[in-house]
Amino acid sequence: MADWVEPAPARGRTSFMNDPKVRSIVLQVVALVLVVILGWMFIDNARENLAAQKIATGFGFLENTAGFGISQTLIGYSETSSYGRAFLVGILNTLLVAVIGIFFATVIGFLVGIGRLSKNFVIRLISTCYVELLRNLPPLFQILFWYLAVLSAMPNPRQSISIFGEAFISNRGIVIPRPLFGEGTGLVLLTFGFAVLATVLVNAWARQRREETGRGFPMLWIGLGLIVGLPLVAMIATGFPITFEKPELKGFNFVGGMRVIPEFVALTVGLSTYTAAFIAENVRAGITSVSHGQTEAAHSLGLRSGLTMRLVVIPQALRVIIPPLTSQYLNLTKNSSLAVAIGYPDLVAVFAGTTLNQTGQAIEIIAITMGVYLVISIITSVIMNAYNKRVALVER
Amino acid sequence: MKRLLSTFALAGALGLAAAGAQAAKLDQVKAKGFIQCGVSQGLPGFSSPDDKGNWTGLDVDFCRAVAAAVFNDATKVKFTPLSAKDRFTALQSGDIDILSRNTTWTISRDTSLGLNFTGVTYYDGQGFIIRKDKKVNSALELSGASVCTQTGTTTEQNVADFFRANNMQYEVIAFATADEAVKAYDAGRCDVFTTDRSGLAAERLKLTNPDDHIVLPEIISKEPLGPVVSHGDDQWFDIVKWVLFAQVNAEELGVTSKNIDEMLKSANPEVKRLVGTEGKFGEGLGLGNEWVVQIVKLVGNYGEMYDRNVGPDTPLKLARGTNALWTKGGLQYAPPIR
Repeated sequence: MADWVEPAPARGRTSFMNDPKVRSIVLQVVALVLVVILGWMFIDNARENLAAQKIATGFGFLENTAGFGISQTLIGYSETSSYGRAFLVGILNTLLVAVIGIFFATVIGFLVGIGRLSKNFVIRLISTCYVELLRNLPPLFQILFWYLAVLSAMPNPRQSISIFGEAFISNRGIVIPRPLFGEGTGLVLLTFGFAVLATVLVNAWARQRREETGRGFPMLWIGLGLIVGLPLVAMIATGFPITFEKPELKGFNFVGGMRVIPEFVALTVGLSTYTAAFIAENVRAGITSVSHGQTEAAHSLGLRSGLTMRLVVIPQALRVIIPPLTSQYLNLTKNSSLAVAIGYPDLVAVFAGTTLNQTGQAIEIIAITMGVYLVISIITSVIMNAYNKRVALVER
Repeated sequence: MKRLLSTFALAGALGLAAAGAQAAKLDQVKAKGFIQCGVSQGLPGFSSPDDKGNWTGLDVDFCRAVAAAVFNDATKVKFTPLSAKDRFTALQSGDIDILSRNTTWTISRDTSLGLNFTGVTYYDGQGFIIRKDKKVNSALELSGASVCTQTGTTTEQNVADFFRANNMQYEVIAFATADEAVKAYDAGRCDVFTTDRSGLAAERLKLTNPDDHIVLPEIISKEPLGPVVSHGDDQWFDIVKWVLFAQVNAEELGVTSKNIDEMLKSANPEVKRLVGTEGKFGEGLGLGNEWVVQIVKLVGNYGEMYDRNVGPDTPLKLARGTNALWTKGGLQYAPPIR
């Protein structure tokens, strides 16, 4: 053994395939090329077959006239608009449900999650029942419950429940007065923007002062005063340019005012209460993950329970809460496609439903729809991951 | 979910299948031993399962008639319930052999979906149903109304056209299935529910108090409903087309499931050609010469099929009207068998 000498590696003699780096690059390039070729063959073959069966293809249909009505449109839309416009209306309706649903799901989820850990037996029991009941029933069933059960209990427009004669609740939804913007509105909005900016600056200053000197600052009241007070002064100065158009019962329905359709209410309530049950469990897990020693330490420093929760426990719990919370936000957004069951005009109902059926271009439309959900989900993930990085443990 | 699956099936079928000749549909159907027939998810009179799970209705009987012609056995049919918006994808992807689901024949469907309509089993038109206590007597008084309908139908566009043409305001709420649309209408979400008038007669039976509702007199569209097959197989197209023509011709010649055996001895040349005692017309379709005998014996002629499922003696109580034979002032007319 001792007289065995290892031969010096001869350059260029061993095959380059034995170099792990080169080999992995080559294999990856080969795999990529194969995937691209397969994909291209698939698309080309599909196109050929579609042409052979004389099924229309391409994206030109987006410019054709849609010719159907949509019950809730956030942007201008009429039957003479194009399918592309209907597509946008659908995306916005989906986003509206997603954003508002996520907001309420988070609020309810945090309250219930903290309630699950409450020392009060009744609050704990109610929170537990909430979680176990709502997360164990299928979301479609819950949405149908909110829609059909609650809807049939509502009176018809003629006997609607009036709230001070300004807003009305009936089985056609909730009608509220619509703001009309007269002359001078610009000034009011400008003051409002200024107030928001000022609040943000004061808040930053107050935080810095608190960190340097430990002195608190009544930020909530000052902020409210700025945001409500300043525009109010501007309103008085310009002689109340914003007026309200009251809804009136005419014929079958209310005319004028703004209407929140029952489909939207049912979908948002159904999705946010359902998702909140999962978020509550994430929150509970997060809080439980913070060692009890932290609470004891905070108490021994003289912090009250509320402050301990807010300043010591929650910031540490967020590290555990945020990643699964992101998944729940994504779930809520995707579950919003259950809208089609109750006639809410979301992306799937308007685009992958009516538009698909009228044009028959299933492959294009399903591909676009999947792309939209993918983009929405990725954007949500990116935002939440950025937030996660901010609250993550900073190692010094 | 089902729609997504069929879309993938469609994408897969179109993407992977070699472009070129496939086995003839008739041979495929004979090989598997049954016809896969796409029907509705439950529209009484047209296609709905009874409490034992047996499908009945006009659209169902039509598929049974095709099975009778091909297999001499009207039970060799399997039914796929489809929502309005999933129906064409299921046919394009080859999941079903015939779509017989109260489907309106329009030019765009006939030309851009890769499908062929084979005929008209029911001449229909769109109407409205409304609560009697709304005291509305005409669809022209519906300005401002909320309208419930089913998505993926011609109905949705007809409503838009009707209200626009008459310069009336409206709000349309489109549901995935007719059942949900009817429930929402029953719950008071909408002032009117709209679909084909035959559909109104059927859906009305599902309402809590059917007698509290009336169908408005206006017919706002033409809805010729008929079976559909895929492009690309002319033999199968011919078979499905001629099964209906045979049923209409049988009614016109007075050939029924009761007298078919006597008709085999008939001396009338038209009857003889129909029942196959003269000429070899069935063979031209790739079927046996007894094809019409099988259809009429096992399912009946067009009139029998109509009366049994939607006629005046059924809960739907639909008079023949436009669906009467051309000889009786209706529109049902079939090219001759010769």
